Amino acid sequence: MDFQSCVNIKKEWDIVGARQLGRDIAGKVGFGTVDQARIATAISELARNIYLYAGTGKVCFETIEEINQKGLIIIAMDDGPGIRELNQVMEDGFSTSGGLGAGLPGVKRLMDEFDIQSEQGNGTEIKVVKWLR
Amino acid sequence: MDEKLKTIVLEHSNDIIQMWLEEVNNHKKGDYTATISDELFESTNREFVNVIFSSIERQGLSSDMDDFSERLINLGWPLSYLTDGMQVFRRVLTEYILSQSDQIDSNYFSKVLREVDDWVDPVINRLVNEFSGSWENIVSLQRVALQELSAPLIPVMDNITIMPLIGTIDTERAKFIMENLLDGVIKHNAEVVLIDITGVPVVDTMVAHHIIQAAEAVRLIGSRCILVGIRPEIAQTIVNLGIDLGKFPTKSSLRKGFQTALELTNRTIEEAQTNDKDIEKLIDSLDKE
Repeated sequence: MDFQSCVNIKKEWDIVGARQLGRDIAGKVGFGTVDQARIATAISELARNIYLYAGTGKVCFETIEEINQKGLIIIAMDDGPGIRELNQVMEDGFSTSGGLGAGLPGVKRLMDEFDIQSEQGNGTEIKVVKWLR
Repeated sequence: MDEKLKTIVLEHSNDIIQMWLEEVNNHKKGDYTATISDELFESTNREFVNVIFSSIERQGLSSDMDDFSERLINLGWPLSYLTDGMQVFRRVLTEYILSQSDQIDSNYFSKVLREVDDWVDPVINRLVNEFSGSWENIVSLQRVALQELSAPLIPVMDNITIMPLIGTIDTERAKFIMENLLDGVIKHNAEVVLIDITGVPVVDTMVAHHIIQAAEAVRLIGSRCILVGIRPEIAQTIVNLGIDLGKFPTKSSLRKGFQTALELTNRTIEEAQTNDKDIEKLIDSLDKE
């Protein structure tokens, strides 16, 4: 892990800030435009979830540089109400807010690794990794 | 300010100015004025301190101060320059007055502190208000400018209308797009609407959701919607996200979308008959002469 930088999510426009920082970092790591778009979209989803359901939280970025592989870790965390229907949110088409319900399962498909931890009343932490190939 | 203190300050203004200038110059080593040249920095400092003293003499805020701060705002100087300057001035002034007094007890000390604060704080407040006022003004103007740009609708031909979208789509803008789109379709009597998302940097589920809703609403009022300008990387992320855009036609470019729109309205592009032969004849006749 080389460095970590975070963007606080408080307003809707912070989503754009997080996305731009993420895209910049992804570009520096060496991701191509398609992967940059994937990463930016994933950040957008995660940050929007924070904004919609938890109100405030933050999105952090870490780059991984090991001998045989490089990658980008994105961690989205909040102290919101947590996710009750953890199994359901990972299914396509499930949404409590009238959205498309493609957010979290979509992020999982956009990225290489996906890890979610959520306790009711204790916030949510989602960690995703994209490897540079 | 107390008359006695005021006389001390005004009589020794040169010393105080000297001390202040030294302190402020030390501050320059901080990064905020790194891009400002030394000469400009010094001349501004001198002007600043003169303005401060002129307001002391006149017992309160002077119009000089307003002019000075307004000019700095327009030149884009940081607010921290002025607030730091005033804070340094407060420190220097207190130190100087105390060093000039023979007997210092706690009463006198607190009196001096209060006198100096009473004078310095309103000036700082005034400066901060003026700066933030100018920022608020800029932000609100930009918001209006952005809203004017946010959902333009161009009736290019009879029955064909284009809405080019550029930049990030947030909830407010999505609402605006929907309203404008439906109003425009009715107003221009459009049969086909092309929504161009070439300039939208990221299409996530929210943006897609709003576009789908807009297209569905357009369908309900009897027109057709074509989504154009889907870049390859956006196409891939949409597939990864698992968003179904199958309900309405999509095209990679505005050009292709426009052709489809023409077909849908039973029209084709025909190239005008060029009169090449006439020109050739003309050239031939010129050659002969």
